[in-house]
Amino acid sequence: MKRICLFFAILHLVVQSNAQEDFIAYTTTIPNSTVGFKMVPIPAGSFLMGSSDKEKHHKANEGPQQKVSVGAFWMGEHEVTYDEFLLFFQDANTSVNSTVDAVTRPTPQYIDLSWGMGKTGGYPVNSMQQKTAMMYCKWLYKLTGQFYRLPTEAEWEYACRAGTTTEFYWGNDSSKIDDYAWYEGNSPYKYQPVMQKKPNAWGLYDMLGNVSEWVLDQYDENYFTTIASKPNDPMIPPATTYPKTVRGGGYNEGIQMVRCAARNKSDVLWNRKDPQVPKSKWWLTDAKSVGFRLVRPVKQPTPEEAEAFYKQY
Amino acid sequence: MSNDNKSSRRNFVKQTSMLAGGLMAAPLLSRANFFSGSSDVIKVALIGCGGRGTGAAMQAMLSKQNVKLVAMADAFRDRLDDAYKTLTADDISDWSGGSGNIKDKIDVPEERKFVGFDAYQKAIALADVVILTTPPGFRPIHFAEAVKQNKHIFMEKPVATTPEGIRSVLENAQIAKQKKLNVVVGLQRHYQNSYRELFSRKDMIGDITSAQAWWNNDGVWVKMRQPGQTEMEYQMRNWYYFVWLCGDHINEQHIHNIDVINWFKGGHPVKAQGMGGRQVRKGKEYGEIFDHHYVEFHYADGSILNSQCRHIPGTMSKVDELLVGTKGKIQCGAANIVDAKGKVLYQYDTEKENNPYQTEHDELFAAIAKGEYKFANADYGAESTMTAILGRMATYSGQIVEWDKAINVNMNLHPDTYTWDTVPKTLPKEDGYYAIATPGITKYV
Repeated sequence: MKRICLFFAILHLVVQSNAQEDFIAYTTTIPNSTVGFKMVPIPAGSFLMGSSDKEKHHKANEGPQQKVSVGAFWMGEHEVTYDEFLLFFQDANTSVNSTVDAVTRPTPQYIDLSWGMGKTGGYPVNSMQQKTAMMYCKWLYKLTGQFYRLPTEAEWEYACRAGTTTEFYWGNDSSKIDDYAWYEGNSPYKYQPVMQKKPNAWGLYDMLGNVSEWVLDQYDENYFTTIASKPNDPMIPPATTYPKTVRGGGYNEGIQMVRCAARNKSDVLWNRKDPQVPKSKWWLTDAKSVGFRLVRPVKQPTPEEAEAFYKQY
Repeated sequence: MSNDNKSSRRNFVKQTSMLAGGLMAAPLLSRANFFSGSSDVIKVALIGCGGRGTGAAMQAMLSKQNVKLVAMADAFRDRLDDAYKTLTADDISDWSGGSGNIKDKIDVPEERKFVGFDAYQKAIALADVVILTTPPGFRPIHFAEAVKQNKHIFMEKPVATTPEGIRSVLENAQIAKQKKLNVVVGLQRHYQNSYRELFSRKDMIGDITSAQAWWNNDGVWVKMRQPGQTEMEYQMRNWYYFVWLCGDHINEQHIHNIDVINWFKGGHPVKAQGMGGRQVRKGKEYGEIFDHHYVEFHYADGSILNSQCRHIPGTMSKVDELLVGTKGKIQCGAANIVDAKGKVLYQYDTEKENNPYQTEHDELFAAIAKGEYKFANADYGAESTMTAILGRMATYSGQIVEWDKAINVNMNLHPDTYTWDTVPKTLPKEDGYYAIATPGITKYV
């Protein structure tokens, strides 16, 4: 039954996109490089978002559960790696820290913000502000013509669950976590190269653990109340720098944060050891386990819409 | 482990590190004599209004004491204005972590904003405490003036770029002590909980026999030359890339790691040997500094610090320190102590880590408010700065450089006067490139 639904959903989208591009997994090579990344199709659908108070590690900000629907999108098979990010960071054709250019790349890191945990060779990129993650998306859009962004909080949880309703995407058995995720119990206090653990049912790796992932939304403690009136493609628009939402938990977090429904928020303390004022708008000195993952919506915006969208961040 | 170095300087350093370590009872001063003004407000002047200066001023204002910023000075009007705007913003929560603002602590009307090379003197005169955060080449001049004017001092690292600058700072550090002026230096690892805990347990690794220090990363900002700038203005704007202003990145950044080793060793090296060069910094905009240095620093007891710093994008990055002893190792980044086999003997709970930049100011201003004399950081600030300069002399020359000789060198890198029309001693060649030190040819004296 599920398979049939999926089939119709996909068929519908293919027709809608005029069959120019099949809604299937694809691998793209970043222009002017040999570095590629794989995007996995996530069909449109609806799901029960959040957790019930019966769930073992449930927190108040995860409910009340709400039926939410999201449109179809592709999602990065893994967290964006340092190898991918480096192409942006070092792209000589993009100006650094510009206030006039549409796409601008980050200033150098004053100290080593990988903290010795690893960079090239498949490690996830970390310690960046949400703005930096979004500028990477924008850079990729400029390079490929395909609109990339961070997932919404709802898209993120939908993709993470991959059809499951349990605490983790492998069920409710926390003892299986070693097969699926890097967290404080097995990491050992370092993030790890992506895709070392088993993926979820939709082929996404490290949705839980390793680095936690920026989503688009402003953090809202009462998210589920706020979206109750608009549960179709919900999104809390950006308003202030802090707090924004991150999902999935990181290598240094306990099992209660490495769950499909667990929600975390950015905090000014994440950059407290930046000695300069104004503090870096690109980097975070105290958020070692924060990274991001790409989304490409099937319904692509017009260039004007895309511009206006990026401008918010 | 014995050493028979009897030079008075080394003994002097030992005494001062005892003082800095708080082993000497803090004398309580008469409050009336401690402030220049009659009110209880501690008046602060900011000398050097860049990002670090603005950060330091904000931390001073957030120190929970009755403080007020009363004067600001910078060589450039736009830098001063940016800092003023930031400090008086309606909402500083993105920077401070707390709600609200510090506007009521900023009392700097137009007549107390000073611009130009002599601005510092006027600003210092108006304060009880001065924050010295210009490029490090000016630090000895500003420190001397602040001591002369009897002010308590927070000054950023490094404290000089040349041996004559170091000699000046050491001399004035003595006077500051006689005058009981608190001096805090922004080598913030001394104010970071994890480092303090590791330091207090350093005997767990026995005698320290070797050490390693790293500051390897991508590099920092660069400012391009603008039309109409005099050479002096260009170098001041792009100060990181000129030795008289910055001291090279071994001095400006790697000093943090070198300082930790000196701190744990309880002294400075007696000689250095190393290599370095400029592999990727090829453009005119990178002035004259190297992009990598590797130095062996030899201490009097025979132990060696291997120190490396690199500004090369895409290479292994690491900013850390490691001390190896007869019984184990102190791994500063991991904040732990391990035995020879790697078994963890002590692990600092990083949940208890503080923001050392804030702690520097919290402790300094608390002492001043109580009328206590507690901080004499200038000596170790100067020692660690000189250690970095020693390393630079070694990598620039390719020779073995001895401390006692190096500290007496006259480098004469600074201009004779400071005006926008002054011609700096380092100038670009006809093709726009600056001369770069060449090991084997460049002399360190």
